[in-house]
This record gives sequence, C-alpha cells and structure tokens, in this order.
Amino acid sequence: MTLDLPVVFAALMGLAILAYVVLDGYDLGVGMLMPAATADEQDVMVASIGPFWDANETWLVLGIGLLLVAFPLAHGVVLGALYLPVTAMLIGLMLRGVAFELRAKAEGWHAELWNWLFWFGSFLASLAQGFMLGRYVTGFQPGFGYLLFALVTGAALCGGYVLLGATWLIGRTEGRLQKEAIDWARWGLLWVALGVALVSLATPFVSETVRGRWFDFPRTLALMLLPAASAVAWLWIWRSTGRLKRGERAAEWAPFGGAVAIFALAFAGLAYSMFPYVVIDRITIWQAAAHPSALWVMLIGVAIVLPFLAGYTVFAYRVFRGKARAGLYGH
Amino acid sequence: MTDAAQALLLARAQFGLNIAFHILFPSLTIALGWFLVYFRLRYERTREAAWLDTYRLWTKVFALSFAMGVVSGIVMSFQFGTNWPGFMNNVGNIAGPLLAYEVLTAFFLEATFLGVMLFGMNRVPGWLHILSALMVAIGTTLSAFWILALNSWMQTPAGHVLADGQLIAGDWLAVIFNPSFSYRFVHMMLASGLTAAFVVAGLSAWRLLTAPQDAGAQRTLRAGTLVAALLAPLQIVVGDLHGLNTLEHQPAKVAAIEALWRTERGAPLVLLALPNEAARRNDFSIEVPKGASLILRHDPDAEIRGLEEFEPDRPPVAPVFFAFRVMVGVGVGMLALAWFGAWRLRSGSAAPRWLLWAYSAFTFSGWIAVLAGWLVTEIGRQPWLVSGILRTADAAGSASGAELGASLTGYMLTYSLMLLAYMVVVTHLARKGASA
Repeated sequence: MTLDLPVVFAALMGLAILAYVVLDGYDLGVGMLMPAATADEQDVMVASIGPFWDANETWLVLGIGLLLVAFPLAHGVVLGALYLPVTAMLIGLMLRGVAFELRAKAEGWHAELWNWLFWFGSFLASLAQGFMLGRYVTGFQPGFGYLLFALVTGAALCGGYVLLGATWLIGRTEGRLQKEAIDWARWGLLWVALGVALVSLATPFVSETVRGRWFDFPRTLALMLLPAASAVAWLWIWRSTGRLKRGERAAEWAPFGGAVAIFALAFAGLAYSMFPYVVIDRITIWQAAAHPSALWVMLIGVAIVLPFLAGYTVFAYRVFRGKARAGLYGH
Repeated sequence: MTDAAQALLLARAQFGLNIAFHILFPSLTIALGWFLVYFRLRYERTREAAWLDTYRLWTKVFALSFAMGVVSGIVMSFQFGTNWPGFMNNVGNIAGPLLAYEVLTAFFLEATFLGVMLFGMNRVPGWLHILSALMVAIGTTLSAFWILALNSWMQTPAGHVLADGQLIAGDWLAVIFNPSFSYRFVHMMLASGLTAAFVVAGLSAWRLLTAPQDAGAQRTLRAGTLVAALLAPLQIVVGDLHGLNTLEHQPAKVAAIEALWRTERGAPLVLLALPNEAARRNDFSIEVPKGASLILRHDPDAEIRGLEEFEPDRPPVAPVFFAFRVMVGVGVGMLALAWFGAWRLRSGSAAPRWLLWAYSAFTFSGWIAVLAGWLVTEIGRQPWLVSGILRTADAAGSASGAELGASLTGYMLTYSLMLLAYMVVVTHLARKGASA
C-alpha cells in the first residue's frame, strides 16, 4: 500500500488550521471583549493570554505554510482571490500584536490608543477570517449575494471567537470578571446559534456541490449526527454556564470544552463539504499537490517535529495553568 | 509603462517593503537572543540583582522586537502566494520544504519557549528557564539557517534536477549547502551580531546620558562594545570572501557593484560615480587605477568582466552601486566606533558624553547596513528571481495594480505606525533603565 501523500498533507493542514482557529480564536475573542471590561479587568484579560498568543499565531503560519508548500498551485489561487481580506486580516493581526506589547508600556492616552487598537485589530482579523471562509466555501464567486453570505460568515465567526474567548476567561479568571465572562459567553452562545443556523441554511443554496454532499439519502441521516452533536455541545455550554451563574457546582472549563467541540464539529462538516477539493469545484488536492519527492522530505520533518510540538505545547499550558492576575506575567 | 509592468513594479515594491520591514527584527533578535542567554547565565552565576535587572530590561526589548518579527513574518507567508504565485509553481518543490523546515524546526521552538522565557521565570526551575532562553536563541538561529539556505539557492542554485517536467531536488545537501550558502549565512550571522551589539551599546549609552551611575547600563555598554569590536573586523574579512564568491558565481552582480560597464584588464576601482543606465557609462567618477583588478583578482592587470557581457540580463546599476557604498560606509563607521570605544572604555574608565552621543546615534546603524546589503544582493540578482531558472516577471501574480496599490498604502501606514511606536517605546524603555 502506498501512502496517499496529498491526503496526508490535507489532513495535516486541516489539523493546523483547526488548531489555529481554536487557539488564536480564544485570544482574538478576548481581544474583542475588551470594550466590555473595566481597565483593571482588561489587564487581567490580557494577562490571561500573554504567554500563549505568540505560539497561537504560529499555527496560522503552519497552516498557510502547509498550503503554500504542499499545494503550491492552490496557494496562489486561494490567496490571490482573497487578496484584500487577507491584507485586512494581516493588518489586523499586526495591529493587535503590537498593541498587545505596547499597551502595558504606554501611559495616559497612549495606553488608551493601544487598547483601542488591540480591540480593533482583533475584530478586523476575526471578521476578515470569517469573510474569507465565506468566500472560500463558495469558490470565490462574484456577486452581491455571495458577498453578503461572506459577511454573515464573518459575523458568525466573530461570535464564535467571542464564545471561545469568554469561556476561556471563565476558566482563567475569578470573581467579578468571571461572572461577567459567564454573561458574555451566554451572549456569544446566542450569537453563534444564530450565525451557525444562518450559514448552515444558506450554504446548500450558494453551493450546489455542498448541497449534493449533504442531501443524499440515506447518507443524510448519518450526517445529521454532526449538527445533532453540535446542538448537544451548545446545550452543554448553556447548562454549565447557567449552573456557574447560579453558583452551583460545575466544572469551570466545561464551557470552553463545549466551545472547542462546536468548532471541531463545524470544521468536520466543512471538511466533509470540501473534500477532495482544495478550491471547490476547480482544483482537487491531487491536482494542486507538490512533487512527491518534496512531500516526502516535508513529511519526515513533520513526523519528527509534531510530537515535540504537541509535547511542549502541553507543557507550556501546564506551566501557566491557574487563574490569571494583572501583571502576573508582566515582563 | 504598461499595466502589467506597473503591477509587477508594485508587486515588487510591496514585497520589498514587507521583507525590508520584517528583516529589521530578526536581524536584531537572532543575536539579541544570545545576549539574553549570556545575561541570564551571568545572573545564575553571580546572583547579582543588577544582572537580573539587565536581563529583564533586554527581555522587554526582545519581546517587543520578536512580536514585530512574528506579525510581519505572517505577512510573508501569505505574500509568497499573493504576489509571486509563479515562484511556488516553478520552484516550489525546492523552496517549499526549505520554508517548511524553517517553520517547523525554528518558529515553534521560538514561539513556544518564548512564553516560558518571558513569563515563566517564577514558574519553572532556573535550569529550565535558562534552557528556554537557549532554545529561543537556537530557534532564531535555525530560522536564519533555513531562510538563508533558500535565499542562497535562489542566488546560486545547485542540486536540482528535472523530473516529470518539474524541478525537484536531486541532492538536498547540495541544495542547502549551495555555493554561496556558507558565505551568506556567516555574513548574516555577523551582521545580526553587530546589529544587536550596537542596539545594546546604543541604548545603554542613551541611558547613561541621563543616569551616568547606572551600573547595569555601564556593563551592557561594555558588553555591546566588546562584541562589536570583535565582530566588525571579522565581518570585513567574511564580506570580502563573500564578494569573491559572488564574482565567481554572479559576476554581473559584482560588475554592477563596481559600476564597470566594459570588460577590461587592469580595471579601476570606482569609488564614487553617477551610473547612467541609458548611455551605459558613468557620467562622473572617482577611480583608483587598477583597483578593482587588484581587489577582486589580487593582480593589478587581471581582466574583470564588465556589464556589457551580460546584456540584456543584467541588474540595474545605480541602486546596487549606491547601496553597496552605504553598506560599506556604515560598516567602516561601526568598526571605527567599536574599536575606539573599546580602547576608550578599557580598564573600566567611564565614557565621555560625546562618545555616549556617538553610540546613541549608531544605535540602529546595523539596520541601515543590513538593509543596504540586502538591496545589493537582491537587486543584484535581477532580472532573475532564481538565477538562470526563473525570471521575476514570470513569477508575478494576477493582482491588479489597484489592489496592489491599495494594499501597499495600507501596509505602509501600518508599518510606519509600528516602526515609530517601536522606536519610541524602545528608547523610552532604555531611558527608564533596568531598575524601572
């Protein structure tokens, strides 16, 4: 049996992008929640993501890097079609990255400016990512309806990131901020429900390929497990945040776990809709793949590095476990 | 100018702007990481609070620089596809794995251990914290290794073969250790060392101007000066060897550096000139007779090939010519200041104020030299993207001039804001000093 390298790399790329969306998703979400908090709370919120955001963003480089090196043909097509939203996202990521470092070192109105830029950059990057997702799923088709669809996916992803960010804060903070985070999470949850419902309903209409994939009895019945599981995860977050809100016993990390599950399930649905296309209806992963010799060399590198990577990611999260406090991770 | 030519120019301007902005930060952090290891080890040895303060202060500078490098590096990974799709389509089987290894081995090593290094001092045992600092330094260095392997391969390709109509690597060792790699890598490492040494010395001097008694700043001024005084002469030797290597493999680039239009025996060394691209001559020049032959061939009557031999595939002369002189000029200034400073600061004597001002003025001199050198090597490779294999024009993407123009404006505004904020904060940090 020979290894189907393009499939292996598609899986790796998918994993890297999912890891990015979940990991940077929570810190982008925390960024978007900044205006809802007081100045003291903002410091705690920033401290809660301090040791992680650098590494979180590198997953984006890995995901896009894998697209670039394993599917060079698709990289040009995809990123060429997404030129302007990519630019917007990158500028957003840069602004928030720099604002993150500078807000603590600035004073007076400067600090306010960087706080504002941290929020704005987080929001711009999130919206642009969701917009790109909408464009990507519909194969970059022109027309007002498709743009509107992409804007809705953009708004939905912002809601998802807010949910991730708020549930992250539930686990990482205590006291008043934690209580507020519970409320934010429940708002985010409603937002996500609305967004996912809109996107799920619209997607079969904007893409014939996707429609064919999902409405093909009896397969449809098995596929309905995905939305059903998402609904369970949704209810699980609703219930656990409700218990936490009333001060009853519940695991503080349960809401975050539920949010991650929703993202993973949505991602699985997306992967199912797309496979084996890397550009829907146009380019399959086999057409876009680099030469097998290049893929082999990279696979060796990935096989060596990935276990270490997983190992010290877990290690870093262990080292910085516990409740965040302002200035605790100040450097 | 045609639309396509304009779009190509904008694509190059935009990519050039991004990579120029990006290169500033790695060129500082690669070596600054090793400075941090040194400061951290000194604290471990002596347990003096001053070393800890020093380590903490420079960690802040490092973190800020690293963040700037990370965010501008993300832009790079996208722009390969958006601006140069033809690059990956044609040589992706070689460039791809090199870039992948850069991300895999180095980026993660840095970004993950960086969290522990920056925030984990009180959370992990001392040895583990030192190990993290070491891993970050090794990570930045490995990053540079892979990126320079790719860049050198684009300059002097080797080890590739054609198979199934695609360019693939026949021998990876030959690809990585291509003819110009070792020279370029050492040249860049030394450049990073000098950049960091002058930033350390310059910011320390800036601090000493307001607080002459700051023991930590006195120590770091000395450390930066010593490193610079050691590396500067080494860099001149390595730069010369790198130049001879370029003469062998990319003679057109050397002809542009020297502004030599015609092949001649006993070629003069052109010190300053106004190269005239249209007329293919220098409108004005100050020359040392037989100087180029002597320097490049170590024989005053040796033949040096002029630009006429490479027409029409030759680089534009003026930018390469002037950038080279800026690089060498700044380098000589750095050498002079480092040596004079080392002599003046010997046996612990305090630096006079004018010397502190000179160091402050030279704080970011390494950046100017790095950018100038980078312009020499990249413009000197034109019209090729990969020498003899792929032309820059054939790799350009489909983005329109309007899209490129709009995003270029956005990037320029963002980068200006970031660079301004960065320099203000770094000098502000330095002014407050280590104990703040």
